[in-house]
Formats: sequence, C-alpha cells, structure tokens
Amino acid sequence: MTVKLMQGNEACAEGAIAAGCRFFAGYPITPATEIAEILARRLPQVGGKFIQMEDEIASISAVLGASVGGAKAMTATSGPGFSLMQENIGYAAMAEIPCVIVDVQRAGPSTGLPTAPSQGDVMQSRWGTHGDHPIIVLSPSSVAETFHLTIQAFNFSEKYRTPVILLMDEVIAHMREKVELPSAGMVEVTERIGTDVPPEWYFPYDETSSDVPPMVSFGQGYRYHITGLMHDRAGFPTLRLDEINPWLTRVFRKIERGLGEIVMTEEEWTKGARTVVVAYGCTVRSARHAVKMARDRRHKVGLVKLLTIWPFAEEVIERVAHTARRVIVPELNLGQLALEVERVAGRHKVRRVNRADGEMLTPQQILAAIEEK
Amino acid sequence: MKREELKVYSYLRHKKKFPNMWCAGCGIGIVMHAIIRAVDRLGLDKDEVAMISGIGCTGRMPVYVDFNTMHTTHGRALAFATGLKIARPEMKVIVIMGDGDALAIGGNHFIHAARRNIGLTAIVVNNSVYGMTGGQYSPTTPTGGLTTTGPYGNIEQPFPICDLARAAGAAFVARSTVYHATELDRFIGQAIQKKGFSVVEAVSYCHTTYGRLNKLGTPVDMMRYLKENSVRVQDLAECALKEQEGKIVRGVLVDRDIPEYTELYNQVIERARAA
Repeated sequence: MTVKLMQGNEACAEGAIAAGCRFFAGYPITPATEIAEILARRLPQVGGKFIQMEDEIASISAVLGASVGGAKAMTATSGPGFSLMQENIGYAAMAEIPCVIVDVQRAGPSTGLPTAPSQGDVMQSRWGTHGDHPIIVLSPSSVAETFHLTIQAFNFSEKYRTPVILLMDEVIAHMREKVELPSAGMVEVTERIGTDVPPEWYFPYDETSSDVPPMVSFGQGYRYHITGLMHDRAGFPTLRLDEINPWLTRVFRKIERGLGEIVMTEEEWTKGARTVVVAYGCTVRSARHAVKMARDRRHKVGLVKLLTIWPFAEEVIERVAHTARRVIVPELNLGQLALEVERVAGRHKVRRVNRADGEMLTPQQILAAIEEK
Repeated sequence: MKREELKVYSYLRHKKKFPNMWCAGCGIGIVMHAIIRAVDRLGLDKDEVAMISGIGCTGRMPVYVDFNTMHTTHGRALAFATGLKIARPEMKVIVIMGDGDALAIGGNHFIHAARRNIGLTAIVVNNSVYGMTGGQYSPTTPTGGLTTTGPYGNIEQPFPICDLARAAGAAFVARSTVYHATELDRFIGQAIQKKGFSVVEAVSYCHTTYGRLNKLGTPVDMMRYLKENSVRVQDLAECALKEQEGKIVRGVLVDRDIPEYTELYNQVIERARAA
C-alpha cells in the first residue's frame, strides 16, 4: 500500500487502471480533461490504448467497439459531452455492453458556468437516453472514494453487462486529498462472464440463471450479431412479443437481483435521529459539517451518504424517513434527487436545500435548514 | 447449381435472416455479394472478419452475413469500428455505410478516420438518397434532383465522396458501381488488404424512392445508366472533355503508403514502456 496526495481526476484514472481498464476514448472538456491527460500517459505504460476522438459521440462509440473487442473501456466527459453521449449509452444498455462513463458535472444547462461545480446531471444520468433501461450511477464524495468507486464501476459494469456512470463533480475532481492506494493484487477486480460452450450453442442474450448472459469478444470464434434493435437471444432483430418482453424483464431483473451490492450507502448518527440529511457527491462534505454543528447544539441529526445514486436507495431512505420527522436533501441543483426522496419519504417530510449558481452549498445553509422549525 | 453449392451460401445466415428486407432490384445485395467474394478470394477466416454498420438500408447488411457483426447507431459505425480495431488490430474490420450514414450524420467520423489512417475498410453504398425513410435528399443527391424533402429540386451540391476521402488522408480510395460487380469485388479485396484507411464507393441507385420521384425507370434502366454513364479512370484521357461531364469515374483513385494508426500506437506503447 502506498499513500499519495492526489487529485480526484487522477484517482479516477488510477482507479480505472487498477480495475483493468485498457482502453480510453475521450474528447477534451473541463473539468474532466485531466482524466484523459493522465490516461494518455499511463495506459500505454500498461499495454493499454488511448485515443482522443473527434467528439464525445465518437468517444462513447469507440468505447463500445473496444469493449466488444474484449477491452475494459472507459470515457470521461462533463455535462455538454455527456448530453452528446446519451444515444449510445442507450445502445450500451440495449446491447448489454460493459463500459464506464465518467461525468464530471459542471453547472448547466448548455455551456452554463464553465466550469463551476454542479450536481445538475442526476436526472440526465438516469433518463438521458430514450426508452426504458436500467442503469447504475455511482457518485464519490472524496478523492479516495473516487479511486474505489471507479474500480467498483468497472466491476459492476463487467459483472452485470451494463453501462455504469461515475457521476463526479468539479469539487471532487479538482480537489487534492490523501489516498491510500492498495498494492497490485490487493484490488478486487471482476471479469466479465465468459463461456466454454461450442460456438453453435452460444447465445449472447441467453436467459441464464444469473440473468447476465456470458459475453464473448469479437474474434474469438463465436460469430454473432449485435444490434441496437430489440433482439432475440441470438442477437438478431425481433418484433415478436414473446421475445421482446422477456428481454425487457431480464435486463431490469439482472440489476434488481444485484441491488444488495449495487446500492451502497453509509449512515452516520441515523439511529434515533429526528432529522436526517441525505447527501451525495461534494455536498456530503458540507452536509457532514452541518450535521456535526447541529449535533454540538444537541439536535438529533443523522447523515445518509449515497454512494450509489441509481438505482435509488429506496429501502434505506424508507427506513430512516420512517423514524425521522424531517429529511433534508441538499443538492447543487434545483431539486433532482429530492424528487426521489420525496417519492419514498413523502413530500411533507422533505426539505430541499438547493443552489445552482456555481457556488458550493455551505454548512451554514444546511444547518439553517436543520434548525428551521 | 443448387443454392447450397454456391460459394456465397456458406457466408450467409441463411437459416435465420432471409429473405432480406431490401426492395427487389436494389443494389445493396450486389455490394454484399461483392464483399463476400472478396473475403472468399482473400481466403480470410470468417472469425477474423468483423462487419460494422450504422443505420439505413445499407446498415442492415451485417445481420445477413456470418462474420462478427455489429449494427450500431446512425452515423457512428466508423467510431465503433475504430474502438474495435484498436482493441483487436489483427481483425479485418469492414465498415458498411450508406451515403447519409457515412457523410451526413457520420461525416465527421468519416474524415477523422481517414485522417488517422486507421486500418478499416469503409464501403459507402451511394444511392444518393435516404431510402429507408422514404426518399429525402442526402449529401450525395444530385443538384436539381427531386426528393420528398426537396420537392422543388435539390439546391445543394453533392459530396464527392472519393475526393473527400483523398483530401482527408485515406490510404486507398476506389470507386465502382453495382453494375460492375466483379470490378467492385476486386476493389473491395484490394481495400481489405491495404494497410490503413481504405474507402470504396459503390455507386448504386434507389429505384423505389429517387428513381420513382425523378422518373428514372426500372432498376434495369437505372443499372443501364450506371453502365453507360461511367468511365474507367485509365480511359479518361481518351474521352473528349465534353464526354467526361457527368460521368462516374471508376477505378483505384488513391493508393498510397502511409503509416497505419494501430501500428503507430504499438510504437507509442514501446516508447511509454521504455520511458
């Protein structure tokens, strides 16, 4: 183990390499560019490949092509580029191609406030592409967490054959903190499920006991078809209802069955708390400070940190909201994840604390909401 | 000859996907057959061949052939293929696109793939119209041509695909037509073998939309047009200037040796490891 002072974007790049990422395609955009710069230098050192594409659409496309070729693949961008990638994020969900998309959020909409912090892409990360699809979105609140969640993003993406979005923000991306880097071999790395059946028995979208079909790379002797059209178990386009509905059910079920490990949260002082603050990303830092100040003033306040944003941590929020009188949701947007908290906790219990002007939420703003009668 | 005895038969997903979805008389199937003949003549293993497409009539081709096949999103085939080629440089990656797919929505990827000189074989089936959506004008629709979105005649200029590929840096550029089927498979074979980005423009037609709107007759009439209005590049000098006007020039137009991207990247890996 080594201890290093690192920037969030650097931790993301190093986490990717530790997870086995060997392909990166991207396009420069602040505040995500350092990830590309670091991987351009680091990937060839470990035999990986880096390419700067002509735009973000090309970047996500190349990532999916490389993943089909067998490489663990990633791209990194910010809001405007993330918007451009949405169509092919849907393709990844439809064709069940593992990939990691890092979105270092900045204040929008449009070019917005380059490049002030924001958490404005929470709903875009869930519903940015068209059509119903499952998605996994993780959000780190420290540099160390960025390292570990990047590895986790790859592991989930390979295990569940799904796109995973690492939703960072400018604060975490550009902040420098101490990170304890595990030595090589000490990182738990998940590989995609392969197969040893003969090619004529292989179905890339088969119903399997885990609901995640094995994935074979192109060029391995298993010639098959991949399409963004609704497809049968062999990957060929279909319009048959008895093939469409099982596919839809399975891709949602494969994620639902993993909820136990996918939905990651951490709680501090939530037992017996009358007020609970639910936060994610950089906002956790102000929230924790505010909760500590409130506890010093003898308020019964707890904190729920969401490391996984999507799928939403319904069970945890339901439990804490059941005993708490009030749930406070601070966000650097005008209320996005608050909608989910309200859905689960009930609208009357939820207080939103919002700001979308490019400045951080201060602990005092959150404390004021805690102390509000 | 029984159909099982035809060479093409072993390259098709005949059990699953036929009959195909193209209109009777369409030229796209001729291009597909030409690709198969080229692959067969080169003796390539089907496992080492990938065919990647975008969206449109031409985009449906990969589903019919027994290679590693991927039907991607509109315009993005070359970008997907770039990722695949970098991950698996040993594979022969054929990218099959229509004119709208390759040059409108995918135009940026087309010029940048050429500029990078990455080892992909890009085949553009140019039928000068958006066929699948019903005959809208495309980047290669002739000026003046009637389309459903240009009902008073197209006021834009068509893209010269081969000139574009040449200027953008492709290592190999050739053009033929679906009438000249054996010439087409020869060029496709050369393109697959070429190290670097290679482009083959296969001039085709869409009798169902463009042909009908412009009263160009049956598929046979449109095929005859390709025969009578094209000239081999080596015969150009012999034609009077007047005769050359409006002719489709067939032949290998560019064949040059430029370092290929994935080979150059291997040198990057060596430099990074040495440092």
